[in-house]
Amino acid sequence: MALRAEGETANPVETGERASGKASRPGRTGRILAVESADVEFVGVTKEFHDLTAVDDLNLKVEAGEFFSLLGPSGCGKTTSLRMLGGFEEPTRGRILLGGQDVTNLPPYRRDVNTVFQSYALFPHLNVFENVAFGLRRRRFDRAEIRRRVSQMLEIVDLPNYEKRLSTQLSGGQQQRVALARALVNEPKVLLLDEPMSALDAKLRRQMQIELKRIQAQVGITFLYVTHDQEEAMTMSNRLAVMWHGRIEGMGSPKDVYDNPTTEFVASFLGASNLLPGTIESSAADVVTIAVAGGALMHVPPQRVSRLETSSDVKVGVRPEKIGILELGNDVPASHNAIGGRVVVSTFTGVGNQYIVETAIGVNITVYAQNIGHQSAPRSGDEVILTWPIEHTFTVAPLPTSVEINETEGD
Amino acid sequence: MGRALAPYLLSLPSGLWLLLLFLVPLAFMLSLSLKTCNPATGACVMTWHWGEFPSEISLYHQEFITSLYFAAASTIVDLIVSFPIAYWIAFYGGRRKNFFLLMLLVPFFVSFVIRTIVWEFVLADNGVVLGTLKHLHVLPAGFHVLGTGVAVMAGLAYNYLPFTALPLYVALERIDRRVLEAAYDLYATRRAGFLRVILPLTVPGIFAAFLLTFIPMFGDYVNQEILGGTSNTMIGTVIQNQFLVNFDFAGGASLSAILLVIALIGIYLYARLLGSRTIEQYL
Repeated sequence: MALRAEGETANPVETGERASGKASRPGRTGRILAVESADVEFVGVTKEFHDLTAVDDLNLKVEAGEFFSLLGPSGCGKTTSLRMLGGFEEPTRGRILLGGQDVTNLPPYRRDVNTVFQSYALFPHLNVFENVAFGLRRRRFDRAEIRRRVSQMLEIVDLPNYEKRLSTQLSGGQQQRVALARALVNEPKVLLLDEPMSALDAKLRRQMQIELKRIQAQVGITFLYVTHDQEEAMTMSNRLAVMWHGRIEGMGSPKDVYDNPTTEFVASFLGASNLLPGTIESSAADVVTIAVAGGALMHVPPQRVSRLETSSDVKVGVRPEKIGILELGNDVPASHNAIGGRVVVSTFTGVGNQYIVETAIGVNITVYAQNIGHQSAPRSGDEVILTWPIEHTFTVAPLPTSVEINETEGD
Repeated sequence: MGRALAPYLLSLPSGLWLLLLFLVPLAFMLSLSLKTCNPATGACVMTWHWGEFPSEISLYHQEFITSLYFAAASTIVDLIVSFPIAYWIAFYGGRRKNFFLLMLLVPFFVSFVIRTIVWEFVLADNGVVLGTLKHLHVLPAGFHVLGTGVAVMAGLAYNYLPFTALPLYVALERIDRRVLEAAYDLYATRRAGFLRVILPLTVPGIFAAFLLTFIPMFGDYVNQEILGGTSNTMIGTVIQNQFLVNFDFAGGASLSAILLVIALIGIYLYARLLGSRTIEQYL
């Protein structure tokens, strides 16, 4: 969606061209972010630093106008991918396309993308107005147009009357808005955001998430967002890709990736998962039966089975909120999987209860139960039966035991 | 109460040092300018004779002007020469930054006077540089540098180069590379990135470098003595002669006082223009 000033026609921004001299540019005046956003394509992109492969054969297509997140732990290659699109790193192999045009070897200032940096990287010697005007001045817009666009952009990010302030006189949240305005005012085809919230406190972060989503809807620019915060990625994105060790482990809408994790990493990194090691026993057209350690059988819909072709070892997974807790002696409902155990930890979290249940096979299972008030909550020490619908059961291929999933933050 | 006194006790040695070796001699020098001395015995009596100042100014204003000119010109040469050096070390020095900085300081392991005398050899009429150029007929046989203002300025510029290069290096090193990346991201070419980001962020460093280089150069006499021959007398030389040759202690002291006042005015104007904070930051 493009916002437009009254009585103006929307022209696509003529990109990459530089006017000679400081003459006014009538073709550019009077428009409000009537920009054509573009799609982004990574084709077989690999980036090696010395002996480290930061990004490993990345193939990714981000659609125009989409809010797309690259999600992963520190060192997974998400920031490197973003920096290659911004022009700050050159891929070792592969091509990067922006709106169909190969930009792989263009310097940053020749690319129609702008970046909101993790540290904001505002110009310390310039005030808010000049920070936001920087890109427009480099492209030699005339004064009146710069003034109009900057004022308007400061309205959009809710910072009017801050023009004369220095960046050092602003709070973290305000600096972040200036960084956003400074990038957006140039009407890039794609806006790159490199963990822009990491310096904000939790409350402000949630506020800015909503704000950012609003602004994205308002300006209609493709947003490529890098974060290690899975909640943030799920809240804001149309689609996301979970990255690990330079590769994409799972990609799709947040719901899709959350509900159908295809690898053990995605299952553990994006939300929490209970994973039980097991072996495929039999495959029928409508159900796959898996024997977990200890002999219990689990049933999984065939379309939710991810496995390696070379091995019948899998991990059976279920999300903590999908599990119901029954007192011992109750019947397991039809079309449910079940496993018995003993509650070891019971925590009241306000919106619900969190239980950790020790099972006979030695795996602890986490359960989130919503606080809807009419059940007596099991206490620690109680013997219980855990049940969940077959349709909410999935499998992933197990990781080699030597690999550990490290969820540390930051980059 | 011992704790409350601790900061004062700790600052006592340096305070005493400053008082005894800096403030007392300064006060002594200033009072000396108002005394009348017997050149034969060296005995001075306080006479509150202010007349020394106007007479010294009328006698030696030319030397003050020469000093200002030499110091300013040499400082500008230093800024032009050391900026690329500091820039290169800060941006491309990589892991060997400290090594390159050390290289910049290596000449300082040799005494100031010796270094200047070596320059005398370098610039000699038939020395390494001029001799070779004359031999190749690039320069006429009668060409000379030694004994001219150019030689003095060359010596000054050489001797004070690190005072310019180091503050510039600090200023350049401090620039957040991410801010520079942001500039490139916002359509700045390398040239625009330099002019619009690097240079403005280096300005305080440039002023600090100017001050640190200009003020000692202004009072310098060694370069002029060794390289300047009998002409191009700088005020430092005059003061030295007043004390050590003419035994005119009151005259030398009043010239020193004038030099001090000029330098203080310069620093004051600098602090008013840029704030005193910037000086502290780059020392």
